[in-house]
Amino acid sequence: MRGHKAALLKKEIPFYIMLIPGIIVVFIYGYIPLGGIVMAFQNFMPALGVFKSPWVGWDNFEYALSMPDTMQVLYNTLFIALMKIAAGLVTPIAVSLMLNEVKQRGVKRVIQTIIYLPHFLSWVILSGVLIDILSPSEGIVGQIFQLFSMKPVFFLGDENWFPYTMVISDVWKEFGFGTVIYLAALTSIDPELYEAALMDGASRWKRTLHVTLPGIMPIVVLMTVLALGNVLNAGFDQIYNMISAQVYSTGDIIDTMVYRMGLRQVQYSVATAVGLFKSVISFTLISISYYLAYKLVDYRIF
Amino acid sequence: MLYKKTLGERVFNAVNLTLLTLAALSCFLPLVYVLAVSFSSSAAAMANKVALWPVDFTLKSYQYVIRKAAFYTSFGVAVKRVLLGVPINMALTILAAYPLSKERKAFRARTFFSWFFIITMLFNGGLIPWFMTIYKTGLIDKIWALILPGALPVFNMIVLMNFFRGLPKEIEDAALIDGAGQWIILLRVFLPLSVPSLATLVLFSAVNHWNSWFDGLILMNDPNNYPLQSYLQTVVVNRDMALVSIKDAELLREISDRTVKCAQIFIAMIPILIAYPMLQKYFTTGLVVGSVKG
Repeated sequence: MRGHKAALLKKEIPFYIMLIPGIIVVFIYGYIPLGGIVMAFQNFMPALGVFKSPWVGWDNFEYALSMPDTMQVLYNTLFIALMKIAAGLVTPIAVSLMLNEVKQRGVKRVIQTIIYLPHFLSWVILSGVLIDILSPSEGIVGQIFQLFSMKPVFFLGDENWFPYTMVISDVWKEFGFGTVIYLAALTSIDPELYEAALMDGASRWKRTLHVTLPGIMPIVVLMTVLALGNVLNAGFDQIYNMISAQVYSTGDIIDTMVYRMGLRQVQYSVATAVGLFKSVISFTLISISYYLAYKLVDYRIF
Repeated sequence: MLYKKTLGERVFNAVNLTLLTLAALSCFLPLVYVLAVSFSSSAAAMANKVALWPVDFTLKSYQYVIRKAAFYTSFGVAVKRVLLGVPINMALTILAAYPLSKERKAFRARTFFSWFFIITMLFNGGLIPWFMTIYKTGLIDKIWALILPGALPVFNMIVLMNFFRGLPKEIEDAALIDGAGQWIILLRVFLPLSVPSLATLVLFSAVNHWNSWFDGLILMNDPNNYPLQSYLQTVVVNRDMALVSIKDAELLREISDRTVKCAQIFIAMIPILIAYPMLQKYFTTGLVVGSVKG
């Protein structure tokens, strides 16, 4: 028996060697930062480091909660994130169903090619584009408003518009790429089902309702459940690049707040505490979503 | 299927195609507009004459941009980042995905190490501890700060691991009987069979390195070390201070903050546009299948 185990271990040695580089990198940059979480419970001073900085218990959390903006920031985060989740689920499904009805293959391919593109461009580039076209004085959108002699809306500078601008521009960037997964699911629907439905005299609408939708339902459920993990992710990359002081009241989110407090105002401990709050809730939500995905559609990460 | 199209059917098709065309145009026209502004003179851009075609066509903005030290330095940093980052990403992804794709019988610690990696994807310490760790490992202002912390993209590793697991086991068994070791099997058997998956991951890793901007912005103190997207962030989203100091009235009639911004945005897009046909070819087959096996 012992000989068998030794032989097995010998066979496993190459596997361990292969894993070494990954383990080292992930340990240093994935696990050591987890140790840094203690900063949230300290009055961290860079000169003293995590080992010598004084402990303050939950003070940083209490301080963060007592700040006047915190509740508003939390609300902004939830509002933007939930709207993005809803719109980000519905739009790609609708567009895939519409694309599925296009019978001219060439046309379909051209549309797909164009709508996938924004996904691959960074928010720096797309913010640059949006800031330019949405500018009320020089942008083309402003010109269109003037064409109809209307007062241009300042989509990025008006606190009422800003959250919606974020949601719509996020959907604009991702809806095309989002269709990939549904289109893949659509191709796997058995064509015989459609033929049978046609025989029964089902209209196009009926076929969509009774064949297509049930066919992609598992993927729809999966994407909905997995989206749960993003409830506190309002989209740092996007908002950081488009926010300005006049829209903080509706546009400031947890991530931009952590960045500002931590790296601009050097309040390391409070920023870590707020970041930890977000990580813990997100982790809980992701765990629940993976569990649900496993239970509902037998989804496994590996 | 030979049946006559009803009127309702035709109306549906027309409306459907129109809506889809509008959606596609919404993705396309903003980019065309930016391109048109970048090729227009600043006077025309300022007078709001530009729509989808350049007015007073000029290359001055581009000439200004490519002669600008901060621009080409950051372009170089971005190229260097991609050339260093992609091979490292791929090597670590492959080396981790292969052992973890084995069955528990063959590699008993597989589940433990799979979770070791996946947990970091689900839970992290947040921005400040991440920054502190990179700071303490002495990477600030070094190109490695942009490469080492993300050297093993865990999501890509899962995709490849799932792909490896889908390969027929008989191939590996046959190689083992022939006396091949695990390294040989990985290099000679698994990798050649995974070319489409690997191509997808190479492209995604390259796009990811090219598009990253936040790490460069906060991990580099010296703007000379900014990769292109970080540099763009500072000039596109904020203001380009270098232009304010120009006194040459002749030049300012041709270029402005705005036309130069648009030129830079477009240049930063070019590598993505070049890689795009390849990206499109691979991502549908390679990634969707790998990540969602339902």
